[in-house]
Amino acid sequence: MYRHYLKLRPVLSHNFSSKRSYSKPAFDKTVADTYSIKDEVFIGRPLYMDAQATTPLDPRVLDAMLPYLTSYYGNPHSRTHAYGWESEAAVEKSRKQVASIIGADPKEIIFTSGATESNNIAVKGVARFYGAKKKHIITTQTEHKCVLDSCRAMEAEGFKVTYLPVGTNGIISLEDLDRTITPETSLVSIMTVNNEIGVKQPIAEIGRLCKQKKVFFHTDAAQAVGKIPLDVNSMNIDLMSISGHKIYGPKGVGALYVRRRPRVRVEPVQSGGGQERGIRSGTVPTPLAVGIGEACAISEREMPYDHAWMEKLSKRLIDTIFGALSHVVRNGDPVETYPGCVNLSFAFVEGESLLMALKDVALSSGSACTSASLEPSYVLRAIGTDEDLAHSSIRFGFGRFTTMEEVDYTAKKCIQHVTRLREMSPLWEMIQEGIDLKTIKWSQH
Amino acid sequence: MSKRQALQLYKALIRESKKFPAYNFRHYALRKIRDSFRENRQLTDQDVIRQKMDEGVRNLDVIKRQVVVSQLYSTEKLVIEHVRAQKN
Repeated sequence: MYRHYLKLRPVLSHNFSSKRSYSKPAFDKTVADTYSIKDEVFIGRPLYMDAQATTPLDPRVLDAMLPYLTSYYGNPHSRTHAYGWESEAAVEKSRKQVASIIGADPKEIIFTSGATESNNIAVKGVARFYGAKKKHIITTQTEHKCVLDSCRAMEAEGFKVTYLPVGTNGIISLEDLDRTITPETSLVSIMTVNNEIGVKQPIAEIGRLCKQKKVFFHTDAAQAVGKIPLDVNSMNIDLMSISGHKIYGPKGVGALYVRRRPRVRVEPVQSGGGQERGIRSGTVPTPLAVGIGEACAISEREMPYDHAWMEKLSKRLIDTIFGALSHVVRNGDPVETYPGCVNLSFAFVEGESLLMALKDVALSSGSACTSASLEPSYVLRAIGTDEDLAHSSIRFGFGRFTTMEEVDYTAKKCIQHVTRLREMSPLWEMIQEGIDLKTIKWSQH
Repeated sequence: MSKRQALQLYKALIRESKKFPAYNFRHYALRKIRDSFRENRQLTDQDVIRQKMDEGVRNLDVIKRQVVVSQLYSTEKLVIEHVRAQKN
């Protein structure tokens, strides 16, 4: 009896959100040929296609973490007893695993609560430490909100910030960067892989330029670590932010790489017991640190295997959708990109309506941080996407656990709903009649 | 290390992985096991083979434990699992 209850409970608790079946109203029979989205019935949990927002915890990672959530609960900073020592050993092993995936020394890895905190420490920490002599920061318009907001905070403290524009493919111009760096510049912060359009920046070239100009180079690699090969030494990266939950690790943990030779000094944001070389005070959460370490180790080992799968999945999605629909635009550079992130704009379709129609697939129009607002994404605006196309964008995010069957289902549903929504659109009708929409003079009401 | 032992390990891994209640973990495990064994089929170095076999045995233990954890917190099936069930 008790066992039965245990088995049932989790299923019941999820029912309200996942099991949606709508009964057809009685009068519907008379107008049977009109399709209504309300009649769409589906049973089961939606597919997960939002890997840039977060990824599921790999069972192998959980397996490594569980002992530290149950039996080994010592504080890794306790120096006087075995409970502390065993936790410390686990944290140090994990530090080695994180360092290894980016070619760093374990001493250069600082555990934080996530990439947001890492970015805050990097931007504010470097700017403040060298602020007496250098008061200029360079970043790009397509950075993640936490880098942009940290830069805004530094502007309030009297720093000058340059927000570099990007080309229509989402990539910055090295000549622009070269021209912008002044003797006043202390830090250049440019993300490796964009979270919304998946574009890869020329990190090695930026690193070389920054080294030559003697400016510190920070990169937000939350979407890149474990997915594309990175090496802090060959790419001349001075600071790098890493996130746990984007690489099938636990949420609430991240890491910051801070170069030791030549030394990069940062002013800590958080005061406390001086853990993590004084850069990030606070007890390191052993189970989470073990989790990010194991996640890095798995990703490092399986990077070619996972990457080949991402390429296969994204090729299938793109081929299927472009084969069936016209007026679809892929946002961002099609070559310099991470294949696990495909951002498409479907012209003449409202992105929000499409997302609502595709309720059996968990998708997003862009960053999870800004998904609550109806404003078009600032990243898409920065790459010069037209307002109407920016409103009709959808980001498809694949992961290690995505199957081909899921991609096929998503593509099929997407094609079906885009076609349906376009048939309702008067603009689409005009396009079909060969009217160029740009020539129309819309009357003002 | 005999061919028979490798086959036994392969079968045990597949059998255990099929018990994952979560669709995505189950399919990933099956794909990964099949691809890994296919890739390692032509290995001849006995030390490397032994090392890979040990890795497989460790992974079998991980799968056994994680299947139990997954079963404790299983969710409703995914929409495509229902679609497939309807077709059959």
